[in-house]
Amino acid sequence: MTTETINESLDDTHNDDHHDHKMTGIKRWLYTTNHKDIGTLYLWFSFIMLLTGGALAMVIRAELFQPGLQIVEPDFFNQLTTVHGLIMVFGAIMPAFTGFANWMIPMMIGAPDMALPRMNNWSFWILPFAFAILLSSFFMESGAPNFGWTFYAPLSTTYSNGSTAFFVFAVHIMGVSSIMGAINIVVTIMNLRAPGMTYMKMPLFVWTFFITAYLLIAVMPVLAGVVTMLLTDTYFGTSFFDAAGGGDPVMFQHIFWFFGHPEVYIMILPAFGIVSTIIPAFARKKLFGYSSMVYATASIALLSFIVWAHHMFTTGMPLFGELFFMYCTMLIAVPTGVKVFNWVATMWRGSMTFEVPMLFSIAFVILFTIGGFSGLMLAMTPVDFQYHDTYFVVAHFHYVLVTGSLFSIYAGAYYWLPKWTGNMFNESLAKWHFWCSLISVNLLFFPMHFLGLAGMPRRIPDYALQFADFNKWVSIGGFAFGLSQLIFLAVVIKCIKGGEKAPAKPWDGAEGLEWTVPSPAPYHTFSTPPKVD
Amino acid sequence: MNRGNQCWLMGAWLLLTSLFSSSAWAETQLNLTKGVTAVSREVYDLHMLVLYICTAIGIVVFGAMFWSMIFHRKSKGAKAADFHESTKVEILWTAIPIVILIAMAVPATSTLISMEDNDNSEVTIQITGSQWKWHYKYFDQDIEYYSVLSTPREQYENQNGSFAGNGAEKSEDYLLEVDRPLVIPANKKVRFLITSDDVIHSWWVPAFAVKQDANPGFINEAWTNVDLPGIYRGQCAELCGKDHGFMPIVVEVKSAADYDTWINEQNALTAQAADAELASLSASMSKDELMQLGESTYMAHCAACHQPTGLGLPPTFPALKGSAVAVQGSVADHISLVLNGKGMMPPFGKQLSLKEIAAVVTYERNAWGNDTGDLVQSSDVKAAGEE
Repeated sequence: MTTETINESLDDTHNDDHHDHKMTGIKRWLYTTNHKDIGTLYLWFSFIMLLTGGALAMVIRAELFQPGLQIVEPDFFNQLTTVHGLIMVFGAIMPAFTGFANWMIPMMIGAPDMALPRMNNWSFWILPFAFAILLSSFFMESGAPNFGWTFYAPLSTTYSNGSTAFFVFAVHIMGVSSIMGAINIVVTIMNLRAPGMTYMKMPLFVWTFFITAYLLIAVMPVLAGVVTMLLTDTYFGTSFFDAAGGGDPVMFQHIFWFFGHPEVYIMILPAFGIVSTIIPAFARKKLFGYSSMVYATASIALLSFIVWAHHMFTTGMPLFGELFFMYCTMLIAVPTGVKVFNWVATMWRGSMTFEVPMLFSIAFVILFTIGGFSGLMLAMTPVDFQYHDTYFVVAHFHYVLVTGSLFSIYAGAYYWLPKWTGNMFNESLAKWHFWCSLISVNLLFFPMHFLGLAGMPRRIPDYALQFADFNKWVSIGGFAFGLSQLIFLAVVIKCIKGGEKAPAKPWDGAEGLEWTVPSPAPYHTFSTPPKVD
Repeated sequence: MNRGNQCWLMGAWLLLTSLFSSSAWAETQLNLTKGVTAVSREVYDLHMLVLYICTAIGIVVFGAMFWSMIFHRKSKGAKAADFHESTKVEILWTAIPIVILIAMAVPATSTLISMEDNDNSEVTIQITGSQWKWHYKYFDQDIEYYSVLSTPREQYENQNGSFAGNGAEKSEDYLLEVDRPLVIPANKKVRFLITSDDVIHSWWVPAFAVKQDANPGFINEAWTNVDLPGIYRGQCAELCGKDHGFMPIVVEVKSAADYDTWINEQNALTAQAADAELASLSASMSKDELMQLGESTYMAHCAACHQPTGLGLPPTFPALKGSAVAVQGSVADHISLVLNGKGMMPPFGKQLSLKEIAAVVTYERNAWGNDTGDLVQSSDVKAAGEE
C-alpha cells in the first residue's frame, strides 16, 4: 500500500493552532473529546489496573510460595483470584486495546477523530467508577466477590457473599463502556476512511480492531444478560440456575462461555494487529499474505462463536456435543497457524533489526505459539478431562494473555511512544524491561504446565507436598515479573519528560499514515483527509 | 550489628534454605500420570501424541524464525527480499495442518467414545459432593458414608506469616488424605453417579482419568475399571467455595476377594451402628462424655465454617459463641437447625448419629463461655426429629 498526503505536515500544524482549544488542568481530561487524549486516558488507566491486578497476583503467589496457609485465609484467597482475573481481563487488557484503537485508528485511516467523540469521552469515564465499585467490595464486611472470574452459579448466587450486587453493577458498567467503545470503532472505520482507502487497503491493525469491535457488540450483551440473571437469582427469587426451581446451573456456563470464548479472541485479535504492524517494519519487508491474514482473522472470529463448550467438557455433555466442540476447537488451529506462518514468512529473508518493539513482537510470536500448542492439547476432549481446571489451563491462558496480549501491548507501546510523546525512549532501559520480563515470565508460567500435568487443581490456596518445588520457583518468577513492570513505568515517564527528539518516522521500515504526521502527533491530525492510492 | 540488619540476614538465610530444601518434599512429577486403567493409558498416549506433534511443529516454526533472525539480519548485510504473497504457499499451510488435525481427531474420537460408554457396569456408586466433603453410597448395599479431609488443621493453619520451617511437620499425604476412602473392586467396571448437594464440585482421580462435575439437581455418569489394587488420590477440581482446596478424594482399590470381605464388614458395621443408635436412645451420657464426643464431632463437621473458636467467619458463617441459637434460643430449635440445616448450612440429620448430634449441640451450648449448662441426650434428638 502506498500512501501520499497533501502538504500534510505544514498545513496541519498551521491549522492546529487554530483548533487547539485545549482546556487546562483536570478539565482537559474530564471534558476531552479528543481521540488522542482519550487514548492516553485509556492507556494510563489500563496500566494502573495492570499494577493493581498484579499486586493481587503477587499476594496469591506469596501465599502459594510454600505449602500451608501462611498469609491469607482461603476465602480471601478466592477473592484475590476472582478480582485479579476480572481486573486483568476487563481493566488491563481490554482498555489498553481500546486506548490503542483511539490513538491509532483515526491516524491510520486518515480521520480527524473518532466518529462519536462525546460518546468516546463517556465510554472512558464510566470505567473508573466500575472498578472503584468492584474494588470497594474488598473493604465491605462481606468481602469482594469470591467465586472466580467465571462466577459459576450457584456459587455466585445462593452461596455468594453480600457483595454480588456490586459485582453485577460493576460488570454492567464495564459492558456498557465496551459496547460504546466498539460501536465507535465500527462507525469510525466504516465512515471516516480517507478517500482511496478501500477495506482491503486498510492496515491489518485496523482490520483486527474492526473485527474485534463486532465481536464485542455481539457478546457483551450476552454477558450483561447472564449477570442480570445472576442478580435476579440471588436477590429476586428467580431460578434460572437452580434445579429446585426448574433451572439448570450448567445453563449458566453455556451462556457465560458463549460470551467468554469470543471474549478470549477480543483480547488476542488486536494483538495480532499490532504484531502484524511491527514485524514488517523491522524486517523491512511487507507483511506476507495480507489478504490471507484478513480472512484468517475473520475465520477465527466466526469460529469463536461455535466452540464455547470446550470450557465445559466435564459438565456432563452428550457424546455428540463433545465431538462437535472438539472438532470445531481443533479447526481454530488452522487460521491461527496461517497467521503464525505468515509472520515467519514476513521475517524470512527480511533485513531484520531488533529494536524493543521487535523484541516484544518476536517473543509474542514464539510464546503465543506455545500457548496455542497447549490450546491444541486442551482441545482434545479425552485429554481435557485430565487437564481441565488444573494449572495446565492456568499456564495455557497466561501464555496467551500475558506473553500474548500483554507483550503485544508493550510492543505497540514502544513502537508508537515516539509518535505519542515526540521523544525517543531510553533503549537500554527498555531492553532491561524486555529481558527481565521475558526471563521472569517464563519462570512464572512455564512450570505451571508441569504442576497441572502432575495434578495440581487451580484456585486452591494450599497444595500437596509434591507440588512444592515448582510453586516456589513460580512464585519467584511472579515477583520478578511484577517488579519488572516498574521498569516500563520508568521508561514511559522518562520518555514523556524528555529524551532524544523523535523524527516523524523514527523506524525506517515503518509504513502507514501515522508516520506522515510530525512527532509528537499534533492535537488535531488529518483535519483535511489525505489521499491514499 | 543492629536489629534491622539481623532481620535482613535472617530473612535472606531463611529464603536461601527454603529455596534449596527441595529434598524435604515428595517426588516431583513432570508429566501426566499414566494411570491404572485402559482409558487412562489411552489418554496418556493421546497426550504424548499431541505433545510430540506440537514439539515437531515448534521445531520447524521456531527453527525458521531463529534461522532468519540469525542470517537475515541487517547487521549482517541482509537485503530484504520483496515477496509478500503466494496463494500456493497459503493453501499448503492450510492443508497440512488440516491433515495433522485429522490424524489427531481419529484416535481422540475413539477414546472419547469408550470413555462415554457407561453400560454394563458391575458396581454402581453414587457420589455426592457438598461443601467440603464427599459422600459415597453403594447401590444394592446398605453402605453409605462421608469422606472428609483427615489432615489435622494444625498442619495447614499456620498463619504466622513465616515462610520457614513449617514443611517438615506435614504428613506424607498432606491434604490428600481422608478419614474413609472410597473402596472399589479391581478389574470390574465401576459406574459412578455423580451429583451435588449445594454448589458445583468436580470428582477427579488422575490415575483413572475420570473427572466429572457434580452438579446440584442433576446426575452425571462416569466409569472406571482399575487393573491394579492400591490407593489413588485426587482432589475436587471445580471451585466450590472457601475450602475447595481441602476436599480430597482417596480411592482404595481392592482385589475382588478383599472387596467382598470389606462389603461384608461394612454391612455388619451398619447393623451395629443401627443397634448402637437404638441403645443410645435409652442411655444417658455424662456431661464430660458429651463434651468430649461433641468437641471431636464439632472439629470434624462444624469447625470449617464456624471455626474452632466458635467465632465463625461473619457475615457468611455466623459465630456460635454467645449466639442467639446456641445461648438464648431453645434446645429444640438448636437441634432442629442442626438436623435440617438452613440456607447455606447443610442438614446433618443423615450425616451424624443421634449420639453425635446430641453431643455436638451440648458442646455448642457449653463451649467458649456459652455456659448454658444444657445437656442433650440422643432421645431428645430423636424426639426433635420426629416433630
